[in-house]
Amino acid sequence: MTARVGVVTFPGSLDDGDAARAVRIAGAEPVRLWHGDPDLQGVDAVVLPGGFSYGDYLRCGAIARFAPVMETLVDAARGGLPVLGICNGFQILCEAHLLPGALTRNQHLHFRNRDQRLRIEATGTAWTNAFQPGQEVLVPVKNGEGCYVADAATLDRLEGEGRVVARYVDGNPNGSQRDIAAITNPAGNVVGIMPHPEHAVEALTGPSLDGLGFFTSVLKHLVGAPA
Amino acid sequence: MTTHPDPAVRPTPGDSPAVPFAAPVASQPGPVDPDRPGAEPARHPDQARHAQSAPAGDWAHGLDTVPRAVETPDELQPYAELGLRDDEYDRIRHILGRRPTQAELAMYSIMWSEHCSYKSSKVHLRQFGEKAPPSDRLLAGIGENAGVVRVSDELAVTFKVESHNHPSFVEPYQGAATGVGGIVRDILAMGARPVAVMDPLRFGAADHPDTGRVLPGVVAGVGGYGNCLGLPNIGGEVVFDPCYQGNPLVNALCLGVLPVDRLQKKEATGPGNVVVLMGARTGRDGIGGVSVLASATFDEGSEQRRPSVQVGDPFMEKLLIEACLELYEAELVVGIQDLGGAGLTCALTETAASAGTGMRVWLERVPLREASMEPQEILASESQERMLLVVAPDKLEAVLKTAEKWGVWATAIGEVTAPSPDGRPGRLVVTWRDQLVVDVPPGSLVDDGPVYARPMREPADLILLQADRAETLPRPSTPEALRETVLRMIASPNLADKGWVTEQYDRYVLGNTVLAQPEDAGVIRIDERTGLGVALSLDGNGRYARLDPYHGTRLALAEAYRNVAVTGAKPIAVTNCLNFGSPEDPGVMWQFAEAVRGLADGCQELGIPVTGGNVSFYNQTGAAAIHPTPVVGVLGVLDDVAARVPMGFVPRPAGEHDQLFLLGETHVELSGSEWAWVTHEHLGGIPPQVDLGRERQLAELLAEAGRVGHLSSAHDLSDGGLAQGLVESCLRRGVGAVVAVPEQFAGGSMPFVFLFSESAGRVLVSVPRGHEKAFTALCAAHGVPWEAIGITDPAGGALEVHGQFRIGLDELRAAHTATLPRLFGNSELAEADAPVAQASAPVADADAPGGQADALVAQADADVDAPVTQADAAVAVVDAPVAQAAPVADAGFPGARDAAAAVPVTDEGEQATPGAPEAADALAPVDAPAPVDAPVTGQPTEAERAAEPAEAGPGDARPDQR
Repeated sequence: MTARVGVVTFPGSLDDGDAARAVRIAGAEPVRLWHGDPDLQGVDAVVLPGGFSYGDYLRCGAIARFAPVMETLVDAARGGLPVLGICNGFQILCEAHLLPGALTRNQHLHFRNRDQRLRIEATGTAWTNAFQPGQEVLVPVKNGEGCYVADAATLDRLEGEGRVVARYVDGNPNGSQRDIAAITNPAGNVVGIMPHPEHAVEALTGPSLDGLGFFTSVLKHLVGAPA
Repeated sequence: MTTHPDPAVRPTPGDSPAVPFAAPVASQPGPVDPDRPGAEPARHPDQARHAQSAPAGDWAHGLDTVPRAVETPDELQPYAELGLRDDEYDRIRHILGRRPTQAELAMYSIMWSEHCSYKSSKVHLRQFGEKAPPSDRLLAGIGENAGVVRVSDELAVTFKVESHNHPSFVEPYQGAATGVGGIVRDILAMGARPVAVMDPLRFGAADHPDTGRVLPGVVAGVGGYGNCLGLPNIGGEVVFDPCYQGNPLVNALCLGVLPVDRLQKKEATGPGNVVVLMGARTGRDGIGGVSVLASATFDEGSEQRRPSVQVGDPFMEKLLIEACLELYEAELVVGIQDLGGAGLTCALTETAASAGTGMRVWLERVPLREASMEPQEILASESQERMLLVVAPDKLEAVLKTAEKWGVWATAIGEVTAPSPDGRPGRLVVTWRDQLVVDVPPGSLVDDGPVYARPMREPADLILLQADRAETLPRPSTPEALRETVLRMIASPNLADKGWVTEQYDRYVLGNTVLAQPEDAGVIRIDERTGLGVALSLDGNGRYARLDPYHGTRLALAEAYRNVAVTGAKPIAVTNCLNFGSPEDPGVMWQFAEAVRGLADGCQELGIPVTGGNVSFYNQTGAAAIHPTPVVGVLGVLDDVAARVPMGFVPRPAGEHDQLFLLGETHVELSGSEWAWVTHEHLGGIPPQVDLGRERQLAELLAEAGRVGHLSSAHDLSDGGLAQGLVESCLRRGVGAVVAVPEQFAGGSMPFVFLFSESAGRVLVSVPRGHEKAFTALCAAHGVPWEAIGITDPAGGALEVHGQFRIGLDELRAAHTATLPRLFGNSELAEADAPVAQASAPVADADAPGGQADALVAQADADVDAPVTQADAAVAVVDAPVAQAAPVADAGFPGARDAAAAVPVTDEGEQATPGAPEAADALAPVDAPAPVDAPVTGQPTEAERAAEPAEAGPGDARPDQR
């Protein structure tokens, strides 16, 4: 049976269509979820896509975390549902306290879009099990507020528990502490990532096909997961 | 229950009782809708309260109604201050048979302005239609919001470029942001989903302090709006020239895609249909002349009416896009028009005039940001993110539901009325709380505006300028000098890498970007099933146009055409943005006429039609006009984007390489070139020759060669010549090249000519091994001259010109990429400024004061009767270098910015120039505080709650971007 992966659209979501395309290319069925509807439609996993939910005129993700869909999603995530937050989705996961820390304005104060090299540090998560530990991948980064910050104790705990999922290499595009590009929760089912793997799934439009691994990982995870 | 306004009732002075100022529109219908219990024109619950809360007293004695206009024919009106001439005012009185009301005068003044009426350009622009080659692809052309071109049986694309020049000088961030927003709505109004943007930008000298204020703000504004809207930015230009000091050019293009059967019309057809205003609420932004009308004559005590640059809310625009597309999909609208320049006035009159119908509007139903707004302000406001819909009554409920789903305001403000029984078009009738304030034939505002054949004269200095040819300048003739010239040229601001700018734009969103800057053209896939795509390029060269506006414009067309062709696309349509000085200057008018003639002739020769465009006059500071700057956009179609040809040389396994060919002919053509400007600060002579027949042959060759796989890369040669093309193709993917200077360019300074001539009609291509013979045969078949000039050198890591120089790619890259970060702030983290940059900075600054002082003098001269605020801005500019010295990333010049922001602009800011009549109105000193939204009380809906932060404006939420 084809896995069904939900992609949430908030007002102001921008990369929702791209996330759905990546899910499709990975071999799963994308299911559109609406911010105002708490029904997750029985999906097997959820992607919170990039964009500027509600304009992000307030702190990024601060309003989205109160959307009706998030009420059920937070509970489902705590129950083990695989959730990937990309860019704005990462910001929303932090605001919803599914992940620790926060994403703040890029240190250089500019929006930055470039092809970025990452090192995959944790391959035990629902979204990175298709990679090799230490594998380097190339995916686009594009954000204005992607600087990951947390207090030292939290950072040490993330490092100690192997929850830093990916790090920037060959240059840190936004000033993130300890070059952190992606982190996960203790259970490994919730991952937040600032760069955009959904934009590296086609040779014609992306800098590589490296992003596909995030989406095939969750399919692998679902096959192995208890029903 | 939702109902719509009543067609039968038209108020007359007699049946309007004392005005119930606090009458809530929704629940207490006044005499205008006598039998309308439960009428619900607005979806949003606080609208009625909003109307109730409006202060009642201010205009109780002063509202200028139609009856009052009839009774007081001799009342003095400030038409001259609004930019109307005596004869234009007389004409309005003749049309109406009385004096216009305040609101009518405001409407005529903006609709008959240069910006809306094209009164100076119309007589010339006709050529685009008259000389247009026949095209069965054109679904909508000039006169529509944007041209629409069919690209397959099912799909069409629409594209257009517009200017937002003056607002971007006054307030770079918001000026540029709303420029993007405006053009996106034009595209949306055609029924298309916007899919990409591009932005040709022109600034003053790169090292001028004020460029350090304007450029970062403009770039952040273009990015801030486009990124938040989810539109990939796929190309554009960044050009520096002192002629744009004080008058930057911020042009914005949007591309949209639609099914051919979803094309929308702007006609307000069907009497009885409801007129719905959807999107943001209306505020006092961008009112311009109307405020002056109010404050100068009618209400001198009021300080609230400040004209200003509009403030953009990209989130609202994103919601508006999604809501409109859902309406189109469900076939819920009869007609639609965006609100841009001239706001509601333009939308109401154009929709009615194009259908020949009339319209009845209840103006108090318009949702307002500021309750105290007067009728003429509401009619003239240029608040962003609004659309006007014409909806059948039985579809209204569904339209309002869709708007509510997306959280945008939608309000029935009026209805379409029938033409008069005798066959004359209907009238636009607007009431304000039951008082008749506007009663005009809509066509008189749209079509019957003045048209001028302004005097034209070739600029007196042109002959001398053309005689001063750059071909006589001393040229480098030794290998060392040539090497140094290459490094200097690729580091010069106009030729340097623009990554500092383009990395601030999202080029990936929507997942269909196949090519984007720095490629020659942007390529977007528009059909994932078939791979169908389009290529777009925008080009202009003000120096060429200054030397010869006719040929300069043809060169811009040729370059855009060639940039599209090198990707393998077939060029099919043209748009343009014509940036010029004051049309009242006969020299400028001559330049304009020559440019239009050149573009119309050129398009005729190339066999592709102009589908639309934009004219921006009054781009000058004092008496000094900018270089005439026609920016030409060409759209091409690619049947399968997988066959697109990129510009970069291709990495190959060890021992393999591609063959390099130079297509076209190289002549000694250096006048107007980048080299002449950079090394000699020289502008003179005659620009390169352009042969459009040859451009056409070249394009056909490239399309076929690309399709059959003969090309691994193709790169247009223009500014900076072959040297620039080689460097860019090498650096794109880090692949070196070895080039031999052909025999005919041997000796003396001829190798320099080979590398730096800017002859048109040339392309640098790389051809994979085994394809050379077939490719050269194809060249011969198409009549395109070719020359084998070398090979790519994937393992070499350098660009070598045999017998002349060898420069490592690292050295090339360092020179090419350091310039913009040095000028505008290094955005890399944890890296100190390179010592080289610091060393050279004082030199650049040392040049600045002189030029700056000149600019200030020019400004001061122009503004003999200019207000204090203008002088303040100038003072702030003087202070700017201090701010620049501060070692803060993106420090900008807060002082300069704030002072500049206080300079008011008119609604047609891009045309307002100190000294020009239209502008004079706008320069009244204003010291009012920033707009504050009327508080909204009650229980907001979820969508409103979400939208509330937006009301504060992005600038407030992100003060660092101001």
